[in-house]
Amino acid sequence: MMLALATESMLRTDIPTLVGGIALLAGVLLLLVRAIAGPTTYDRILAMNAIGTKAALMIALIGFMTERPDFLDIALVYAILNFLATIAILKFIRHRRLG
Amino acid sequence: MNGMLIIDLILLALLLITAVATVEVRNLFAAAMISSIYSLLIACFWTTMDAVDVAYTEAAVGAGISTILLIGTLVLTGSRETVRKAVHWPALLACLGAGGVLIYGTLSMPAFGDPNAPAQQHPLYSGYTQQNVEKAPTGKSHENVEAYKAEQAAKHSEHAGEHAEQDHSTGSAHGDFYHGHVPNQVTSIIVDYRGFDTMFETCVIFTAGLGLIVLLRGRKGNPLRGGLL
Repeated sequence: MMLALATESMLRTDIPTLVGGIALLAGVLLLLVRAIAGPTTYDRILAMNAIGTKAALMIALIGFMTERPDFLDIALVYAILNFLATIAILKFIRHRRLG
Repeated sequence: MNGMLIIDLILLALLLITAVATVEVRNLFAAAMISSIYSLLIACFWTTMDAVDVAYTEAAVGAGISTILLIGTLVLTGSRETVRKAVHWPALLACLGAGGVLIYGTLSMPAFGDPNAPAQQHPLYSGYTQQNVEKAPTGKSHENVEAYKAEQAAKHSEHAGEHAEQDHSTGSAHGDFYHGHVPNQVTSIIVDYRGFDTMFETCVIFTAGLGLIVLLRGRKGNPLRGGLL
């Protein structure tokens, strides 16, 4: 019964949320182009960081689509992880070590 | 059309682009960045599949630690890949064969969230859903536990009469109260038999460590041989 309920709520996805999700993924596609083509290293790091932000937003949206807004907490953790990863990568590139 | 399906399709298309780009890009630093992007995108995909725990691990390990490790390696080795254009046909065939076998295996799997999946259709399933969540009394002597089991088994054979012969056919009895407090079989194995799950996870890690040791030991005359191990 729980499964049936979950599927039903997935089917009732409202149009604005869906459009928002598609717009987010279009943004990810544009950033992906920059990450693949991007001439300098910093273009790529910036693209990765922005895609991380979009992933956090995407997870929040998925939470609203499946009517489980508690996914917002997960999105917050993602934002923090993404920040830490970017800082670590930049620090590694600048100083050649993490210490 | 189902909204989640559209999102899933776009996500999978982006993942495909990212995977091909990771292989094709010549600058290894860019490849590390793109594989990190791949981790972030597949974490989104795990979330749409309801596997939030896997998504967490993917974001922390895939996008965080492995990227750092890859960049650490690139600092030591240099970041240009040697160009090697020729296609290694046996390797390509082996990859396609293994992929084909895996896809063939998924054909006989039940659909995602299917209530008629074998995990929900075990002969003991109906008995488990009727059973209340109850534990055998703790802190009592062995005989008391046995007596409790016998009593509970008698109680069950009363009010679950129609399942009794099914239970006999599978060779298991309702009297076995340490099993199956969770109706879903997969969940039951992951939660109630946590020890086995963890044991085989440790086996995987041990195998990975063994493989690393064998790889890093190298042959005779390798200057690293004495230094590492």
